[in-house]
Amino acid sequence: MTFRKTTLLAALLSATALSAQAADFRFALESDPDVLDPDQSRTFVGRIVYTALCDKLVDITPELEIVPQLATEWSWNEDGTQLTMMLREGVTFHDGTPFDAEAVAANIERSQTMEESRRKSEVASISGTEVLGSHEIRIDLSQPDATLLAQFADRAGMMVSPTAAEEAGADFGLNPVCSGPFKFEERVAQDKIVLSKFAEYWNADEIHFDTVTYLPIPDSTVRLANLQSGDVDAINRLAATDVAQVRNDPSLQVEEAVSLGYQGITFNIDNGDRGDNPWGNDARLRKALELAIDRNAINQVVFEGTAPAGNQAFPPNSPWYDTSIPVPERDVEAARALLAEAGFADGIDLEVQAPNSPVNLQLMQVIQSMAAEAGINISITSKEFATMLSDQTAGDFTASQVGWSGRVDPDGNIHQFMTTDAGLNDAKYSNEEVDRLLDEARVTTDEAARKESYDAAAKILNEEKPIVYLYHETWIWALDDDIEGFVPYPDGMFRLSGVTKSE
Amino acid sequence: MLSFVARRIVIAIPTVILISIFVFGLQKLLPGDPILAMAGEERDPETIAFLREKYRMNDPVWVQYLTWIKGVLTGDLGISLRTNQPVTELIAQKLPVTIQLALMALVFALVIGIPAGILSAVKKGTITDYIANVVALSGLSIPNFWLGIMLILLVAVNWQVLPASGYVPPSEDLWLSLKTMLMPAFVLGTALAATLMRHTRSAMLGVLKSDYVRTARAKGLAERRVILKHAFRNALTPIVTLTALLFGELIAGAVLTEQIFTIPGFGKLVVDAVFNRDYAVVQGIVLVTAMGFIVMNILADAAYFVLNPRLRKQ
Repeated sequence: MTFRKTTLLAALLSATALSAQAADFRFALESDPDVLDPDQSRTFVGRIVYTALCDKLVDITPELEIVPQLATEWSWNEDGTQLTMMLREGVTFHDGTPFDAEAVAANIERSQTMEESRRKSEVASISGTEVLGSHEIRIDLSQPDATLLAQFADRAGMMVSPTAAEEAGADFGLNPVCSGPFKFEERVAQDKIVLSKFAEYWNADEIHFDTVTYLPIPDSTVRLANLQSGDVDAINRLAATDVAQVRNDPSLQVEEAVSLGYQGITFNIDNGDRGDNPWGNDARLRKALELAIDRNAINQVVFEGTAPAGNQAFPPNSPWYDTSIPVPERDVEAARALLAEAGFADGIDLEVQAPNSPVNLQLMQVIQSMAAEAGINISITSKEFATMLSDQTAGDFTASQVGWSGRVDPDGNIHQFMTTDAGLNDAKYSNEEVDRLLDEARVTTDEAARKESYDAAAKILNEEKPIVYLYHETWIWALDDDIEGFVPYPDGMFRLSGVTKSE
Repeated sequence: MLSFVARRIVIAIPTVILISIFVFGLQKLLPGDPILAMAGEERDPETIAFLREKYRMNDPVWVQYLTWIKGVLTGDLGISLRTNQPVTELIAQKLPVTIQLALMALVFALVIGIPAGILSAVKKGTITDYIANVVALSGLSIPNFWLGIMLILLVAVNWQVLPASGYVPPSEDLWLSLKTMLMPAFVLGTALAATLMRHTRSAMLGVLKSDYVRTARAKGLAERRVILKHAFRNALTPIVTLTALLFGELIAGAVLTEQIFTIPGFGKLVVDAVFNRDYAVVQGIVLVTAMGFIVMNILADAAYFVLNPRLRKQ
């Protein structure tokens, strides 16, 4: 009896001790998020804050399967134009407003109609909503949209309190009210964002911190120093060059996941006058450049092995990657032969613009020296990112070293870039067959059929190479060794559910 | 003296107007489209069109300027394109942080620079003088960012005695606030200490050669008294002027220091705003800084009146 009492007491004590120590989770981000309104925001780091602040209709697994979050189940009608969702009951927003079908309808309307909304294109296929019951909603589409669920797994699916949203309008981001595990406390621009545990959260058992603080620390060395000194519990974006050091430190741990995005060289195929140049006109030259470079060497030299080589819009570990087109080996002779065939046996010049960060420059310098061996003389024009982007949109470039952060649905990595006149098609690449295949893949929910379309498009793009894909970034996190339960996801988010801190 | 100050204020008005036009024009010359930077990765054409309209980017430049200056005159510096916060609020939030950093750095600069300058002047040509000179030269030539990162690694990571970076307001926890600010203030202060040391040294050398110092020594006064009371007092005038001028350098140096130590001050605000093409914020900061400098200058001029009786008679 006494023994039992003592054990119970000990257990209670240790439990309180644990929860007392596990009060605050401090996480260092690489930059300060923009406005904290899911409908208005656009930064990657902002999405990390939302994982604690705002629940979504659906979430993803690390394998990119769609799983329930605020929607518990869903079904499509026969032709894929109606999505009926059952919603989780007993959920409230941080301001006490109940979460129900009306709230979902209001959120979709907000994403579609608010002038400041950056989500319009993501929910463009929705033609209307029908509230079927307190927790049942039907979403009607003007045409089938295979990407919709993946959009609902990101900002377009984040539910904000309709009461707060109506009151605050476009200023909602100054005091965001959602239904996630943590509620907004305060924000000091460029200093910190503090959230505190939401006691009525539907899945509160999985949340083990009382507060979470996000600290923007741009310098990667300083970010790591904060982790080493114990000022933060985990950091985002550990520099590849620091991975070995952190691995050797027994008080720290490293977690990684290959991202959904890509990095590559985009060529100006037909964007304004500058599109009319040998590199834009002749795919053989672009192929020659690809053959001249050794992507695995780039991975080792520039990224210490943390950036797997890639040659398609999806990383090689993605289910959407076409395995019949593997990453080609370097072949300088073949590259020279292609140059000669295109009429440049004596070599050719190429100007590539690249962002002015040390890593991008290093990458381009390695490519420059590899390409030189095949007779391609690359000159690197280093530009600050905002400038580079506006030059690229305006067509003031020959080739641009640029990438994409990646989307859960494959459509998000390819349709906007490769279809005629699409918004992000800065190359102004146009091929009717590619348009047809990518449009088709967008409107069918049959995964096998989609894969076939993407494979067919990948084969054409591999021949024409408007983008020479180079590598896929890896998200690298460093954590204190007392943090447990963190699961790395390819979307780069730091989900706090199930994460604990022990001493 | 009052009429002098009033005259200076009147003269300052066209200067401020010119600065505001200059800043506004400079922004427009920057490459990179702010709307494109704001539209996000997706760059939705509809969003871009809306934002251009909302931020009046379609208006002629002079109309944009007049709209902005109209706001400024009513105390409205606009809102940050990036976070939707009012610029006045951002500035009110960040200014005290940078002032705290600058003041603490100035303390370091004075405490290190002046004694070192006196010492090396008095012990001219000795080993002490050489050491002080070498230290001063290193203070001038070691880049802030390098020294900052080395200190973080040594003091915060290895010894774990100070926080690695960040900021705590004094109102929240004074002791922690001072601790957090210690390293950045030291880094910022050392470079200035070197300048101060060099100037103190040369001012002191000049004074030490003068007749009244020789007389004081001849009177048999203690050496300490000769140096501190007779020589240093007279060497102080150029040093005070220099210290006032250094305040400008402090604010400029704060930009880099705040970046390294992740201090949410004025400097970090302006750097982030420039990279994000957050025009309203950049304009607001430059305007406030320029006005701050003008006020500082007027105050310095007024101070000469108080300090120098000869000026008062003119």
